[in-house]
Amino acid sequence: MNETPANGKLLEVEGLSKYFDGVPAVEDVSFDVQRSETLGIVGESGSGKTTLVRAILRAIDPDQGVVRFNSAGGWVELQDMTAKELIPLRREMQMIFQDPFASLNPRMTVREIIEEPLIIHRVGDSSERIDAVRDMLAHVQLEEDSLTRYPHAFSGGQRQRIGIARALILRPNLVVCDESVSALDVSVQAQIINLLEDLQSQLGLTYLFVAHDLSVVQHICDRVLVMHRGRVVETGNVDDIFDNPQEDYTRLLLSAVPSPDPDVPLKPLDRRELGL
Amino acid sequence: MDTVLKVRDLAVDFKTDLGLTHALVDVGFDMPRGKVTAIVGESGSGKSVTANCIMRIIQPPGRIVGGTIDFAPQGMDPFEIVSLGKRDPRLKELRGGLISMVFQEPMTALSPVYTVGNQVAEAILCHRKVGRKQAWQEAAEMLERVGIDDIDRRIRMYPFEFSGGMRQRVVIAMALVCHPEILICDEPTTALDVTIQAEILTLIRDLQQELGNSVLFITHDIGVVAQLADQVVVMYQGRVLEIGTVRQVLKDPVHPYTKGLLAAIPGLAPKGEPLATIATVVGDTDITRPYPLVTLRDGRQVSLPRDQLQGAVG
Repeated sequence: MNETPANGKLLEVEGLSKYFDGVPAVEDVSFDVQRSETLGIVGESGSGKTTLVRAILRAIDPDQGVVRFNSAGGWVELQDMTAKELIPLRREMQMIFQDPFASLNPRMTVREIIEEPLIIHRVGDSSERIDAVRDMLAHVQLEEDSLTRYPHAFSGGQRQRIGIARALILRPNLVVCDESVSALDVSVQAQIINLLEDLQSQLGLTYLFVAHDLSVVQHICDRVLVMHRGRVVETGNVDDIFDNPQEDYTRLLLSAVPSPDPDVPLKPLDRRELGL
Repeated sequence: MDTVLKVRDLAVDFKTDLGLTHALVDVGFDMPRGKVTAIVGESGSGKSVTANCIMRIIQPPGRIVGGTIDFAPQGMDPFEIVSLGKRDPRLKELRGGLISMVFQEPMTALSPVYTVGNQVAEAILCHRKVGRKQAWQEAAEMLERVGIDDIDRRIRMYPFEFSGGMRQRVVIAMALVCHPEILICDEPTTALDVTIQAEILTLIRDLQQELGNSVLFITHDIGVVAQLADQVVVMYQGRVLEIGTVRQVLKDPVHPYTKGLLAAIPGLAPKGEPLATIATVVGDTDITRPYPLVTLRDGRQVSLPRDQLQGAVG
């Protein structure tokens, strides 16, 4: 397949490892991400999901391995770049966090929060910036009078929309969603999932979607990476993995999900019997 | 039907700087004895406030302003909970003795400075006239029953040495060690991994069947409701919208809000299509207005305007 801007690889991770005090948090992880796809990363707490995406974005420094990113200026290797070299690339890689209460500065207005990335990256003049902020506000379906208000005036779902607007204002290619819908009520969660899917098709975004809720992953992701103890145990098309898991750990994880159908009883597999 | 707890017209107000908030408005439901009743709803629906009323642990600025909770423990005269005086000995017996509670975050329910054995034994000593030695022995038996192995060593360990799932097992042991009539579980698995959640849900289900106590299970997770509940109470903004058996409510919901809640679950929706949100499903029905609960022919109860009720009955 030829690489065109619309398809082709956006990210290549090869042999990535990260140790904390000698303990492996992520070990020898390799995978590719195609443009405009949503790759889910699932696993229990402590499996290394968040450490993996943070090491890819260089929020922490990986100890081994290669992270190749197909930037606007061509392929680059992120793992050895200096902080200064990374600055222009940060425009192309953004993150949406879990907790909409902790991730917004309570002393900044919504306008200041969404505009700040443009100022940091010196994009446009003041009037161009406010136009961009207004445009992004419409994308995330917030009212224009939100601009002068502070985060405390918004509900959890609305705050998450503000966080999404801040992440997307620089028009990134790669967006990491780290448990971005986990803290939300189911009806609000549905709205934010729909918004993320709409924005993906409007703006051509590529998502790395870290989540522990497997039903959310099944709905939103194209492919999925199953992590256990810092390693990738299984990867593939999301429907294949959910319908026909090959690895014991994936089976254990899926068997633990309580079905919303009372006639499908919960029969979790036993970790010890599987030797995990 | 043998009813262990009867809640009627329960009303709770919270007085804040912004004015009076009606946290519960005319909440009413029955808990059948020896069964699992689930209260399901989103944040702010009043699920936890309802549980706290039953334990009489509503904290100011919250206040119970009306209603009754009739409690009929086995082998005891029935009594009403809301009107119990602060010094009534039955109140102390109620909290942790006749009714006990498991919370979402096990670390807030456990003291960091006592061993787990000490804390489970203390629950026995608070409510029953037994010696220390016997309390310790019963604590060990209960801890083994909830799945803590290597008990001689573990019983002397501190909560920080336990994983989240093990801590929740200790809290369940503490809650069950006095053989309560009702076990209230307030989102007990929300903070846990799905694999650990499955273990804890299985444990609660097995113990309930073994001990025959009644369970009030509070959750926002429909999957958990489906797996555990016999009866379901759906709450929204401090009111009860629908009550029925687990199959009635989850497989054939009548109230548009219940339908919306189910439609918003990602696992049930076809892939590639946007998820339904409660607003789209509910449509024109004003679910913020209170309507009285009406019992339908199949035994379930719903709160709907008169014209829609006829449609629901068929």
